[in-house]
Amino acid sequence: MTMIVEYPVAAMGAPVLDIRGLCVSIANKDQSSVVNDVSFSIRAGETVCVVGESGSGKSVSAFSIMGLLPPDALRVTDGQVLLQGEDVTKASPDRLRDLRSTKMSMVFQEPMTALNPVEKVGPQIEEVLILHRNYSAAERRRRVMEMLESVHLPDPERIYDSYPHQLSGGQRQRIVICIALVLEPALLIADEPTTALDVTTQRQILTLIRELQERHNTAVLFITHDFGVVADIADRVVVMNAGRVVEIADRDTILSSPKEEYTRMLIASVPSLAPEPRAALETDVVLSLSGLDKRFTSRRFLRKSASVHAVQDVSLTLRRNEILGIVGQSGSGKSTVGRCVVGLEQPTDGTVTICGQRTDNLGAKDRRLLRRQVQMIFQDPFRSLNPRVRIGESMIEGPTNYGVDRGEAMARASELLELTRLPKSALDRYPHQFSGGQRQRICIARALMLDPAVLVADEAVSALDVSVQEQILDLLDDIRAETGVGILFITHDLRVAARICDTIYVMNEGRIVETGPAAEVLTAPKEDYTRLLFQAAPGRHWDFRNFRPL
Amino acid sequence: MGHPLRNDAAEFDTAVQPPESRAGLGLRMLRQMFSSWPSVVAAAILIAIVLTALFAPLLSTADPVAISPAERFALSSDLHPLGTDAFGRDIYSRVVHGARVSLIVGAGAALVSVSLGLVIGVVAGYFRAVDSVIMRTMDGIMAIPSILLAIALISLTGASLMTVLVAITVPEIPRVVRLVRSVILNVRSEAYVEAAVTLGSPVWRILLRHMVPNTVAPLIVQGTFVFASAILTEATLSFLGAGLPTEIPSWGNMMSEGRMYFQLYPGLVLYPGIALALTLLSVNILGDVLRDLLDPKMAKRA
Repeated sequence: MTMIVEYPVAAMGAPVLDIRGLCVSIANKDQSSVVNDVSFSIRAGETVCVVGESGSGKSVSAFSIMGLLPPDALRVTDGQVLLQGEDVTKASPDRLRDLRSTKMSMVFQEPMTALNPVEKVGPQIEEVLILHRNYSAAERRRRVMEMLESVHLPDPERIYDSYPHQLSGGQRQRIVICIALVLEPALLIADEPTTALDVTTQRQILTLIRELQERHNTAVLFITHDFGVVADIADRVVVMNAGRVVEIADRDTILSSPKEEYTRMLIASVPSLAPEPRAALETDVVLSLSGLDKRFTSRRFLRKSASVHAVQDVSLTLRRNEILGIVGQSGSGKSTVGRCVVGLEQPTDGTVTICGQRTDNLGAKDRRLLRRQVQMIFQDPFRSLNPRVRIGESMIEGPTNYGVDRGEAMARASELLELTRLPKSALDRYPHQFSGGQRQRICIARALMLDPAVLVADEAVSALDVSVQEQILDLLDDIRAETGVGILFITHDLRVAARICDTIYVMNEGRIVETGPAAEVLTAPKEDYTRLLFQAAPGRHWDFRNFRPL
Repeated sequence: MGHPLRNDAAEFDTAVQPPESRAGLGLRMLRQMFSSWPSVVAAAILIAIVLTALFAPLLSTADPVAISPAERFALSSDLHPLGTDAFGRDIYSRVVHGARVSLIVGAGAALVSVSLGLVIGVVAGYFRAVDSVIMRTMDGIMAIPSILLAIALISLTGASLMTVLVAITVPEIPRVVRLVRSVILNVRSEAYVEAAVTLGSPVWRILLRHMVPNTVAPLIVQGTFVFASAILTEATLSFLGAGLPTEIPSWGNMMSEGRMYFQLYPGLVLYPGIALALTLLSVNILGDVLRDLLDPKMAKRA
């Protein structure tokens, strides 16, 4: 169903982009539709956020605006995409090439793959000018320098002569934005441009897009799955699901009084940044780290060896029934701590104590027995199950390694599947027959097969849609209550941490910066770094669960 | 795409796609493989050659090694469909028997190099301590031109089917080792391998269950290329006189002997040459088709 929101036309001016009844189908015999009857418009200077879960058709819609649909796979079957009155779906390939970057341009999710790795970034920006403008070499260089300055890159001369790999992720995304905006297009499409970046960098990029938009009065179509970002930047919001538009309204209406049940469910799934106070636990300690140190050294032939100090002097204690969150940005060493705990990495220094037994002074056999007390849940549910092995076989692998009878293990496996709310028939299936959320539940069930005392969850919900994320977090909470397992929960997402953790350790550059009960750390952070993280969290002024501003 | 619509956050989706049997997958691959005419023709030729090799004694019209000075350079007749050579031996029967040598050498080299390469490659890829020692040895073997290495090995031991086979196989092994090692290195960091480590799986199970199956598809493709190149190397060695003795008829040594009379009796070189060319062409075509099928990314780029 489509909803057209009427705006007083005189006040707002003609739309830059007007999509009318857009339909996109898979280009094969059965023509199953991917995008169905999508209509919305964007005016100059306006930011419209398209929100939806994976598979909702939001990226396909954006690609059809740019005329970038893979011609042998997807095709526009109906509707119009009017860019300043011109129908893009009818434009010839030559005309489309002209329109791209002069009138519309796009910023992609992964800046590293959007840039050519073997060319310096300056000439990559210049290329757009060579193709579309008759500037002299000196004029071009001046224009590129101007652009580099306007996206606040330090030392433009040096950046101009850098290769993409010499820049950070945030700097690369700024370069991509330069390329997109150098010809001052009327429409900028941003497809999850900050999803691959850290929160603090995300904040900077969002501010930058806003600033450039105001300067050039650009219409921005911003595709995201993150309601925090929506709350921060949107003027209007288009909610999509299964290829259809569910609801269109201005931001405050969507966030405070969504009409549709689906929108309501999505928004209510966004965890709050303010944790509920939880009672301190006095149960047994199941895991303790003291002075953990990890240095990665790469020996190189005839050269000085390079070394990275990933983890420095980390100590922590995890109790039974506790969920302990390690929070930090990428490169903070939080995953390395988790990998040292499960034994995938050997610490350079310091001790790991599991259920009162130190791992470093044990023989190989005893260490193996102790290892079963610690199990891990990985980030990417699509890669953590062997695609060639049936679910049942995957699940009983652990117990059979420790000499449990196959039949007994299978019985336990079907019990645990039930606990994770999956049908028993899943045992005979292969991983590709399950969705991401289902696979993550299978992985949790598999980790529980050995009755561990400690579960390490490394970004276990980061690859999942919000509504699925909510289910997995609920499940972990239930399992903790039922089995008493202590969970080491590693995440970059403060909302997720606030939702589930009892205790929070904040890590930065390999060190622990701040620790304390979740309620304390997240509501009254003591350290500057924690405060910085907290302030960068998108949508922190909005209470999504209760549909009101904070 | 086609995500199940979820109305309620608390409700878990239990919809599961219908299972696809493994047999169904194999059948579909076969059908896809023979959907173009070159692959059908290539398969037909290869099957014909295999049958010829199997039933060579029944198909031949004369003893392929019987010398008959009275019948030197006989032209095509009922007794000798393709004529005879400088020693009066029946060319047709020799070509038919030559298929045996080519296929034995090809299949033998492919099987041995793939299985040895698999073992060495897995060891090099998984056990980091021995990796550089193994790989530098392989680099060393690769640095020697394979024909020269084969000639050196044969002159050390004397020519027989066994030594020729060994001489052809050894230079092929490093390529297989590199391939297997690269696959193993890639799979090492897969989350499901790390999950197996945390589940306490012993090394042999991690290797056999989680890593080695990933090498099967690239090895099948590599195997077909070894097969073709081994047949060619055997022919080259025999042509140079370093290969099989003339008592064992092979396409290579037939061409080598016929070379001197080529201008008078072109059939001496032509018939074994055609047999060799057809065999190589069909093996290479099938190898390409297999590669495209097992690695769709490569097919699109080509």
